[in-house]
Amino acid sequence: MNQLNDIETSALQALESVTDEDALQAWKTAHIGRSSPLMQVFAGLGKLSKEEKPAVGQAANRVKLALESAFEARAQIIKDAALAKSLEEEQLDVTLPGRPAPRGRLHPSTVQLRRMLDILAEMGFQVYTSREVETDEFNFQFLNFPLHHPAREMQDSFYVETEGRGDNPILLRTHTSPGQIRAMRDAVAAAPDPANPPPIRIALPGMCYRYEQITARSEIQFNQVEGLAVGTNITFADLKGTLTDFARRMFGQGARVRFRADHFPFTEPSAEMDVECFVCGGKGCSVCKRSGWLEILGCGMVHPNVLMSGGYDPKRYTGFAFGMGPERQAMLRYRIEDIRYFWGNDVRFLEQF
Amino acid sequence: MKLPLSWLKDYLDITGLSPEDIARKLTFGGLEVEEIKYAGWTMPAYGKDDRREFKTEGIAWDRERIVVAEIREVKPHPNADRLTLCDLFDGTQEQVVLTGAPNIFHLKGTGKLPKPIKVAYAKEGATIYDGHADGLVLTTLKRAKIRGVESYSMVCSEKELGISEEHEGIILLDEDAPVGTPLADYMGDAVLEVKINPNMARCASVLGIARELAALLGRELRDKSTHVYTYTGTQGDFATLEITDPTLNPRFVLGLIRDVEIKQSPYWVQRRLKMVGARPINNIVDATNYAMFELGEPLHAFDYDVLVGRVTNSTHKPKILTRAAKDGEKLTTLDGVERTLTPMNVLVCDEKGALSLAGVMGGAESEVTDKTKNILLEGAAWNFINVRRTARQHNLQSEASFRFSRGVHPAMADKGVSLGLKLISEWSGGTVAPGLVDSYPLPPKDPTVEVTPRDVKRVLGIDLTAQQIIALLERVEFKCEIQEPILDTRKPILDIRYSNNESSNIESSNIASPNIESSNIASPNIESSNIASPNIESSNIASSNPESRISVTTPPYRLDIGEGVVGLADILEEIARLYGIENIPATNIADALPPQIGNPIHEWEERLRDLLISLGFIEIVSYRMTSVEKESRLARFDDHVVIANPITPERNVLRRSLLASVLEAAEKNARAESLSLFEIGAVFLPHKNELPDEPRKLAIVMTGRRAATAWDVKDSPVLDFFDMKGRIELLLAGLQLADVSYAPADSAAHLHPGKAAEIKVGDKMIGQFGELHPLVKERYELGASPVLAAEFDLAALTSAQSGFSLAPVPEFPPVYEDIAVIVDESVAAARVESLIRQTGGRSVTDARLFDVYRDEKIGAGKKSLAYALTYQSPEKTLTDAEAAAIRNKIVKRLEQEVKAKLRS
Repeated sequence: MNQLNDIETSALQALESVTDEDALQAWKTAHIGRSSPLMQVFAGLGKLSKEEKPAVGQAANRVKLALESAFEARAQIIKDAALAKSLEEEQLDVTLPGRPAPRGRLHPSTVQLRRMLDILAEMGFQVYTSREVETDEFNFQFLNFPLHHPAREMQDSFYVETEGRGDNPILLRTHTSPGQIRAMRDAVAAAPDPANPPPIRIALPGMCYRYEQITARSEIQFNQVEGLAVGTNITFADLKGTLTDFARRMFGQGARVRFRADHFPFTEPSAEMDVECFVCGGKGCSVCKRSGWLEILGCGMVHPNVLMSGGYDPKRYTGFAFGMGPERQAMLRYRIEDIRYFWGNDVRFLEQF
Repeated sequence: MKLPLSWLKDYLDITGLSPEDIARKLTFGGLEVEEIKYAGWTMPAYGKDDRREFKTEGIAWDRERIVVAEIREVKPHPNADRLTLCDLFDGTQEQVVLTGAPNIFHLKGTGKLPKPIKVAYAKEGATIYDGHADGLVLTTLKRAKIRGVESYSMVCSEKELGISEEHEGIILLDEDAPVGTPLADYMGDAVLEVKINPNMARCASVLGIARELAALLGRELRDKSTHVYTYTGTQGDFATLEITDPTLNPRFVLGLIRDVEIKQSPYWVQRRLKMVGARPINNIVDATNYAMFELGEPLHAFDYDVLVGRVTNSTHKPKILTRAAKDGEKLTTLDGVERTLTPMNVLVCDEKGALSLAGVMGGAESEVTDKTKNILLEGAAWNFINVRRTARQHNLQSEASFRFSRGVHPAMADKGVSLGLKLISEWSGGTVAPGLVDSYPLPPKDPTVEVTPRDVKRVLGIDLTAQQIIALLERVEFKCEIQEPILDTRKPILDIRYSNNESSNIESSNIASPNIESSNIASPNIESSNIASPNIESSNIASSNPESRISVTTPPYRLDIGEGVVGLADILEEIARLYGIENIPATNIADALPPQIGNPIHEWEERLRDLLISLGFIEIVSYRMTSVEKESRLARFDDHVVIANPITPERNVLRRSLLASVLEAAEKNARAESLSLFEIGAVFLPHKNELPDEPRKLAIVMTGRRAATAWDVKDSPVLDFFDMKGRIELLLAGLQLADVSYAPADSAAHLHPGKAAEIKVGDKMIGQFGELHPLVKERYELGASPVLAAEFDLAALTSAQSGFSLAPVPEFPPVYEDIAVIVDESVAAARVESLIRQTGGRSVTDARLFDVYRDEKIGAGKKSLAYALTYQSPEKTLTDAEAAAIRNKIVKRLEQEVKAKLRS
């Protein structure tokens, strides 16, 4: 029995000086391992008399439990200490830059086109796309720009080299409006009764081309988004309502707009819509050239000649159309001072969007 | 068109309106004012950062400090030969003013002037422009000693007052200028720069804008006799006329004035001409210009005696004829340039030959000179197409060609000539010969159009009665007749008056929709007291009848109103403008929604963009116009869509290759460490003399480092073939394309022959990709890293079958095993994998190649392919033995098919 007390005392004493995992394992082997003195006591139980056996056995078990629980307690202390140490040591410089993952970017024109088309889609205008190289008929004549009309000077064109086409040369479209004719003709062709074609509500996005010097303010190619609504009950008042709604979505619910008379060959009456400068709230700033207003789009009621070109009877059908420039709006929105950035394809520009 | 408001006042009472008010009214009515330039009138006091509704420039003249004064004597300066001292009376007191003005220098020392000279006098403290500075620099007059004489005030030049750039001499006012009057009251001005749209050609004159503004304001034009110079109808006998083609020259009018004295015009005329941007020449040329700016009818003055001298007929009177030029015919215009003509050009001739280029520029020979005594004055109407093309052809843009190329109504011809003769006689003392010579073979039809209140409602969305429509149209002088009898006298019931309330121009709920039913018919600013009440209208049956037909006849000075449905649209535009576009309510479309078709191709392209963005690519957009040289670096094409009028030789064709565009962009960004670019867009395949095909493509370029250099990333490997392939695999997986296969590309000359693949979906080729051929790469200024390039045909890609099928999520655990097999180099990895999958069937759910190994021990010409296999059954947990059985089957199959050896 004394031997057991000695075993317990010396083991617990030895445990006092154990401070790491290795020493702990060594202690375990030495004091509660198979060949430890304590285990030899258990091994020697068989040789004891019936009288001694229970008492020694009980005492040995008690010592074993005591040592095991002392071991667990010590192990926990060592583990806590190790954790505390490692937490203290593993300090990152959290201000180091993160590891970059590649991030793609949409071209700013695409971003702006999508904003416009998304809003228009919710307003019921479906996207209609058409060709970029057109005939004079589709680009001008069907749109009420007669041959030699002064209005054509507003849209100087790039012509394609051809021979023998007379008054119908091939040119790069100067606006997406040829799509208005194509869309109306498609609808007439698909209608069960061509005299009663269905209403039309489309958005026409795409690249257009004009013969201009390339400067900070003018480019030879640019995107346009046009809207066209044709039906038997569409008025100028509807045009104003639709575009006022569009402007609220595009520029914020508080956006104020104003309409003033203007002239375009393919619409009559025609108007220009200005939106109150969203940069300064109309107080006047460099973006709106101190005027408080930004010219955003041109619009009007579809000219009877255009309806007729499309196969819609202007006595029964009316419609409105509007057109705007994604690059111009992106320039206002992001304060891009030079339009040449758009097709310059410099990644240092593109990466910012 | 520059509109001096002082001139406008001749036609319209603008009391109570500021230049901004007028500019706003015009702008909303379709005559956009681009700038207001002040020359004397009181300007709004804008701070540097204040909102300016219009671009504003210029100077106001202090009414106290800048006045009309008279110089009574010009005396020498005691210490300076070039300077003079003027005794001057400013209306209240005598002043001594020092000046070096050369245009009064000759009066120095001549004693008291018999007739005092009227001048613009600026007193001490006045702010004017510095006449000696470059550009416009404001300065305030202070006391100073100049060569020993005290100076505190100034007699001003035009530059100093902001009238023109002129600083050679001081302004010499007309004799009747009232001394002591503030100069601003005498000749202060504000000039509006008005943009004239093609439909507003009639407004390219003071009268034209005045008439429009009067209508917009609801005011009356002044009863000024000048705009009703009635042609007496007597035929003059000083010349004869022959128009050979009335479609080129619908009307030609001549007037004659004899014994003119050629000299300077009165100062007020010169000032007005300068304000509209014309250069005063002499009283004859100035009179023709003045009449043109006032009425819109360009005039031309001939030296009558030169024409008489050329006469060969027996009457001794000039015979004027007009005709198309002969091809190659020559004429020296009065700018001294000899011009070679084409039949597009129209000529005014006499019997001996061409005198002037009709509507564009006069000829040199018959030009008015200082010696001219008798003036033959031409006013005509020309085909606007010929004038427009002639002006372009000879690059002769003038005030006359600007107007004629937009169309001037022939009815203006005699009015213009009459006014011109009147002005010449007033300013030169000549005697007008009786009558005009007038040939008017082709009067235009001034269209009559029918409009009903229903039309107005149908197109504009507003309810107007017939009376209201008539009241609006009569403001712009349309003759209106209602077809049904009506009870009411046609009293104007609309009065869209001008208001200072700026918000009337703004779309907002409280003003946007004038309530038609109530007394405020058209305008929120209406003054109801003196307006006829609509209650009268409500009792009138015809006026409330939407079918009332109003026939509307175009006034004889405008050419922009068409007939039939077009004419109706033209009239509806007039109604909208005069009603006020800002006053039309904003409503929602009530019409039916069209069938929903959508645009699958567009939606699909947008999805493609999103996938590419998620894979780290940057979208670019290139010029569609390029050059054959630029494209031929990548590939040579037989032909292109060629631009007939390129802006530069570098952009003279439309692109055939989208990849060439993206490579150019990569080249521009060659300094970037890593590039992953793509573009989606059309290329253009020519068809001789027909429209080209415009297939749409996707092109991708990658080059540079795989990972960006950073604090813990140094010398990252460069992107190679398999980086691009990995992205393409993800892209096609994102598009849910099934049955995608890759094979060596043999048709891609621009790619490295050993590192190029074509991509098929089923049997259909959708694109190619690979490393750029070293010889092609050499032609671009790109970095050392390999350049990976891909191009897809979007039509092929879109039409490829999407093969999405959902795989059930497995319930039972998988068994993983790696196997490595040694095969000949010639055996494609894809073949090994497909054999594994075929043999394993449903039980092999994944076979991932994780290593390719070559080594001497394996043997030359051999490679080891190591696969991580996943065995899994949908029905049960597989045992190791079952997995081993599958494995053995696979190995056996590989041995048989590709002579593979299992690597231990």
